[in-house]
Amino acid sequence: MAGGSSHGFWSQERIVLALAVALFAVAAIFLPGFRDIGNLISIVHSVSVLGLLAVGMAIVIIGRGIDLSAVAIMAMSAAWYLQLLNDGWSEWQALGAAGAGVLVIGLVNGFLVAYAEVPAIFATLATGSFVFGFVRSRLITQDAVPVPPGNWLEQLGGFQPLGIPPEVFIFGGACFVAYLFLRFTKWGRYVYYMGDNLLAARNMGIPVRPMNLLRYVISAFIALAAGLLTASSLHSMNTRIVNSTLLYDIILVVVIGGIGLSGGKGGMRNVIVGAVLIGIMQNAMTIIDIPNLYQNLIKATILLIAIVIDSLVNPRDEQTAQQGDI
Amino acid sequence: MGRPFFILLPHGTRMTLRERLQAWRYNYIPDHVIGEILSKRWADNAIPFLALVTVIAVFGTAIPGFFNPFSLLESTRQLGEFAIVVMGLTVVMLAGGIDLSVGSMFALSAFSSVAAFFIFHQPVGVAFLAALATGGLFGAVNGYLIGYMRLRAFLTTLVTLVIGRAIYDILVVNYGSVIQTSTASSDLWDFIGDGDIHGISVPVATAMVIAIIFHIALTRSRPGWHILAVGGSRRSAHNSGIRVRRTVFMSYVVSGLCAGLAGFLIACRLSGAGPGTGLNQEILAITAAVVGGNSLGGGRGSIAKAIMGAIIVLVMNNGLIRLGYGTGTNQMVLGIMLAAAVILDIRWLKNRHKVLNEVYVTPVYHRLGETLSAEPDSGSPYALNNRIANTEYIGLGELEGPEDVVLDRDDNLYCGTRHGEIVRFFAPDYKRSEVFAHTGGFPLGLAIDADGNIISCIGAMGLYSISPKGEVKQLSAETDRSYTSIVDDARLRDPNDLDIAPDGKIYFTDSTTRYDAHDWVIDSIENRATGRLLVYDPATGKTRTLLENYRYTNGVCMAHDGKSVFFAESWACRVHRYWLEGPKAGTAECVITDMPGYPDNINRASDGSYWMAWLGMRTPSFDLALRNPGFRKRMTRRLPQDEWLFPNINTGGVVKFNERGEIIETLGDMTGLSHPMVTSMREHKGYLYVGGILNNRIGRLKLDTSDNSWTGPNSYWGEKP
Repeated sequence: MAGGSSHGFWSQERIVLALAVALFAVAAIFLPGFRDIGNLISIVHSVSVLGLLAVGMAIVIIGRGIDLSAVAIMAMSAAWYLQLLNDGWSEWQALGAAGAGVLVIGLVNGFLVAYAEVPAIFATLATGSFVFGFVRSRLITQDAVPVPPGNWLEQLGGFQPLGIPPEVFIFGGACFVAYLFLRFTKWGRYVYYMGDNLLAARNMGIPVRPMNLLRYVISAFIALAAGLLTASSLHSMNTRIVNSTLLYDIILVVVIGGIGLSGGKGGMRNVIVGAVLIGIMQNAMTIIDIPNLYQNLIKATILLIAIVIDSLVNPRDEQTAQQGDI
Repeated sequence: MGRPFFILLPHGTRMTLRERLQAWRYNYIPDHVIGEILSKRWADNAIPFLALVTVIAVFGTAIPGFFNPFSLLESTRQLGEFAIVVMGLTVVMLAGGIDLSVGSMFALSAFSSVAAFFIFHQPVGVAFLAALATGGLFGAVNGYLIGYMRLRAFLTTLVTLVIGRAIYDILVVNYGSVIQTSTASSDLWDFIGDGDIHGISVPVATAMVIAIIFHIALTRSRPGWHILAVGGSRRSAHNSGIRVRRTVFMSYVVSGLCAGLAGFLIACRLSGAGPGTGLNQEILAITAAVVGGNSLGGGRGSIAKAIMGAIIVLVMNNGLIRLGYGTGTNQMVLGIMLAAAVILDIRWLKNRHKVLNEVYVTPVYHRLGETLSAEPDSGSPYALNNRIANTEYIGLGELEGPEDVVLDRDDNLYCGTRHGEIVRFFAPDYKRSEVFAHTGGFPLGLAIDADGNIISCIGAMGLYSISPKGEVKQLSAETDRSYTSIVDDARLRDPNDLDIAPDGKIYFTDSTTRYDAHDWVIDSIENRATGRLLVYDPATGKTRTLLENYRYTNGVCMAHDGKSVFFAESWACRVHRYWLEGPKAGTAECVITDMPGYPDNINRASDGSYWMAWLGMRTPSFDLALRNPGFRKRMTRRLPQDEWLFPNINTGGVVKFNERGEIIETLGDMTGLSHPMVTSMREHKGYLYVGGILNNRIGRLKLDTSDNSWTGPNSYWGEKP
């Protein structure tokens, strides 16, 4: 069986979409309050930050990589930004500092992967740990940093055209821009080539090392944006989120949407489908009052099943798999 | 045994101060040791070991009472548990995988034994088995998914980590209070948790036992070798018949069992299960394994490295907490350590052979004495001529690399080839040939023993015997290990030529301990005296070293009376005689010095003298290079090998000498067309058969003055019965 072609119509993305529709229908019929327009908006709202992070993760994974530092960058960059504001820095200075910090971490990730040739999972595991530890111990003073009163983040949370929260627009906008990038720009196409066969891409003259840097920098900046959105809706940034299962949820969205972990496949449609399914599932589980602990168990089990299916649909290619590619 | 390592200077020559300084610098500073250490597997342990010493020194001085025995006893309890987990993870990493779920397995196993003991009031043994079963089962799930279903190890164990954690949290929330109010107690349980055996806590003692078992299993047992083979190269392991999937599966089960054992130990120590048990242990354990020097991607690593890594990480982690650094510092330092260790590992793995190439060749100073000329018509006994330029060719174009030739009682001719075969040419015209035996290595020296077996020194393999039916049998592949050598000098690296004494003992040479057989030319550039004369005793099957520290020992020939053995020292252009009997038994003396050629094999001649091959001729330029080791060192580092200055092997020859070492005659090929490099010659019934290791033929030359019935086998073993 080679790839999805033998599966005909039922690619993983379509299965997930059908599942989402079915789940939606069942929930709409049996769960009280599910059909409320407010609830539907809150479903999309609840996954928009997750979806935004998944956009960055998808760009990295399509080019055959992974970014395990995404949640640490998201939480710590936003927390540091808020801390700087609370310390009396001006808006632009603080934003500039946070942006520069995020740029550096993205470059370090890319450098470790592209130039030092460290497997992405270890490079980003190490930088994630470092970013959390460094910012928590050196740059901020407490676990949760509040948004200073009157800040634009506070106002952003209140800005709701048509009753739809701004995160939804930003998630949608990010998906659209990423779609344009991946489909219609040269560098976007390179991402697919590199994910398909890194060695072949390198041999045909694609600058694979700078392109790796670019992907991790994009992922880092998306993480910063997601952090600022979280802060605006919660009016603070709690750094304990790094220890939560958010990172696995991001991978869950990407993988369940049908983007193969071996790279070279998938696009923004998969991210949206994956995010919507997770949103419906989480919402339904919350309505029927499943405790958070059990939700984690259920989501992790689904992720495991998704990975098993992924490995059956996209079997590892022993020819292009590299030694130490684990 | 052995000779003092001093500079032999011929009489009447003087050394300038500069030359003398060079000689001291290059002959007495043992910089070849660096290359030898780097070529050792244990050299990888140097950096982790330094890190270990540094970490212990820094935190030992910064923390008051760090080395206090009681404090050490308590602080090492956690170390024992952690080291067991890291060892399990190391087994998985050696097999080429990774196991992030160790923390969850650890926590769940701890909960299992706590539950068995406190909730179900079972004995300690059952609690122990419950922990092992939990860990083993969890590991088996990982192993099934990764080994048999071939999922990606990192993500799969990441997900099972989350699943395990979620189950554990649910269990703790639901049953935590039941455990806390339980009244179960047991002396054994308390002893495992708090007791000690002569000052060593139970977890540490357990970790030691596990370490010894794992070390032996990985280095000396079939399953251990399979794990390393699968990690080293999965495809090659599969092709050589190893059950790759089962091996991978088993490695995760081992990791699960280790986490289960560690979970049982912490359950005894804490007598409870809290939300923090095993949290974030995966990054601690991975950092420990990698910082210790175990390679990601498998195949390289050891239990010693796992333990060093466990100590480094735990001492640092707990040290930072005890010194009062705030939240996050630990994660920051761990992140830096993990990244640094992984980069170091990957760069080292990639560049190790380059570094080794740079530093391994370490030439020494050597001054050869003045020699008599080998110019034709120079009137010296060494004067070359054209007598072997016109030989009859045997096997022209069919052969590659007949280093040595030998003839049996039925006049058939045998020689080795570069392809690992021993080829037999049939008498009387030697037109017809067959592959007599396939040895698998490059057969060099040959000899025929009393029973008609061909004994051969096979390059890089050892001493082998080939029966008249063509069955190949290994006689010896190793000699005694000397205690001072860093490279493994027990292994026969370059067995070169042999001869057989009347009592059946086989005397043979191992030319160098520093290079493999095919790198013999690099040994000539280095010119270090590491060649040996060895003896194999068929009665005991053992090989002993008789003499060592010669510059490339080469040809060996038993004297006609069987009381001494001649051997050639190629790079010193000398022939020595080792006495087996008589007043000088067990000592060697130099018989011929300062020849103009590099001697190779030596064989008996019909008139009671000896034939000796010259593989090449000395040149003034290379003689001068030997006196300038610094020059040769720069040459090997800066130039590609094609452009190095090598000994001249475009002209060789055959020399005949008598018992007293006097030269009788010299044969040469000035055309360089038939026999430029001669490595062997054998006299048989009035003909001389000439072979060369880089030649594509054997030459046959009619000798005018010799006994037409003389044969080697008769000379050694008497007339056919």
